[in-house]
Amino acid sequence: MVLAVVAAVINMFRFVLIPLKAILLSSTFAVGCLLVIGLLAPAKAAVLPQDRSDVLYHSYQGDGVSIDGPSILLRKKIGNKVSISTNYYVDSISGASIDVRATASQYREERTEQSFGVDFLHNKTLMNVKYTNSSENDFEADSIYLGISQDFFGDLTTVQMSYSRGEDDIRRTGDETFFEEASRQKVGLALTQIATKNLILGVHYENVSDNGFLNNPYRSVRFIDPDAARGFSFAPEVYPNTRSSNAFSISANYYLPYRAALFTEIRTYSDTWGIRATNAKLGYVHTFGDDWIVELRTRFYQQDEADFYQDLFSRENEFNFLARDKELSSFNNISAGLSVTYEKKFSETAFFKKATMNYEIDHIRFDYDNFRNVLAEGPVGEEPLFSFSANVMKVFFSIWY
Amino acid sequence: MKNRIRTKTMSKIAMLSLFACLGSGCKTTIEPWVKPYERSHLADPIMSFGRNPVALAYAQHVFEAREGARGAEGGAGGGCGCN
Repeated sequence: MVLAVVAAVINMFRFVLIPLKAILLSSTFAVGCLLVIGLLAPAKAAVLPQDRSDVLYHSYQGDGVSIDGPSILLRKKIGNKVSISTNYYVDSISGASIDVRATASQYREERTEQSFGVDFLHNKTLMNVKYTNSSENDFEADSIYLGISQDFFGDLTTVQMSYSRGEDDIRRTGDETFFEEASRQKVGLALTQIATKNLILGVHYENVSDNGFLNNPYRSVRFIDPDAARGFSFAPEVYPNTRSSNAFSISANYYLPYRAALFTEIRTYSDTWGIRATNAKLGYVHTFGDDWIVELRTRFYQQDEADFYQDLFSRENEFNFLARDKELSSFNNISAGLSVTYEKKFSETAFFKKATMNYEIDHIRFDYDNFRNVLAEGPVGEEPLFSFSANVMKVFFSIWY
Repeated sequence: MKNRIRTKTMSKIAMLSLFACLGSGCKTTIEPWVKPYERSHLADPIMSFGRNPVALAYAQHVFEAREGARGAEGGAGGGCGCN
């Protein structure tokens, strides 16, 4: 763990210097940040994130795939102006989804993600920098995140701006000659507003731009092939090399008179590949005494397919761009979840202030409108539509100090 | 072409104005209509958009890996500045 953190810090400085220099020297963002830093009015302080540590075990079971592993977060203040944090996360993946079962055999792999972040507080302004590395045997991703948030109007309003840049190296197991790259930029703007003494509202906008190889190198399109035994064959997907998306969400948290809360979020999404999506979330938090917190939530998501998606193409290389990745198809999912937290507060003078033990479970049902189960019997192009359910579980221990 | 340059310039001016406004603390005569001593409910952890950041990040990862949409989910961050 310590070695992982040290490696993350070294990588951060190696990876960050060039893009950070480009960002700081060449964009409006740089001038804006300088203005913020230079013109800050003397004001009452905002707050750094609280010192805490979390140890989490997560598990995902669905569509023949099992993913589980730990996530560990450590966060600590250094003086009154700086807080550092690090996160170590592992996905251990086994089994095979419908995409893999249709064209290949089961597999096992591991993804490790490490991040290292620093938060700086200056009067009412909170700035943060975070470096993240994600590593698999066939995929390597580095990203840097810069964020700045400021409280104003008597601390009723918080505005947050963010910029992140990521670069991916993509390889394909079993093909030593395969190597592709992709890069990504994200720009976000968020506003949180205290509306009444019981209501907080939020709006959030984010633009994401991708360049490079954006396919999953293992996924294939299906096309009619009269010479094949089953009447169809598979060929590699071909995606455009660029993608730009816009997402906008509004959220609200409302405090009920008996120490409970309602929360909701609605998001709309569109991108240059023709995907349009909407989702809505609704939740209720209830407390039992001082020690127990129970949360119930539900979420609904719906999307339209990408312009170049088809479940079945009439021939190989029918169009310039071809996709049969079910994440680009038209589908919806609905989920329901429950969280239970036991909270123990310690003395204000003790080193540890508070600890919680948490259990969370979510059940998600996916229904596809134009993605067929090719493993099922049926005439070509008329196989039953695919659907599956997944269970997502988290158990974690958190401690504040 | 001329319109595109003008739009780009306007958006840069708007962005810089926003940064400058933030930088100056946006000093106005607006009185906060929810006083600091009235924010005990808002400071309760059950009102936080992301009271468990590790669990929230994992939940977002689960959905983002299986959906076409990405971004602007999981609350706006920030808060009432009163913890």
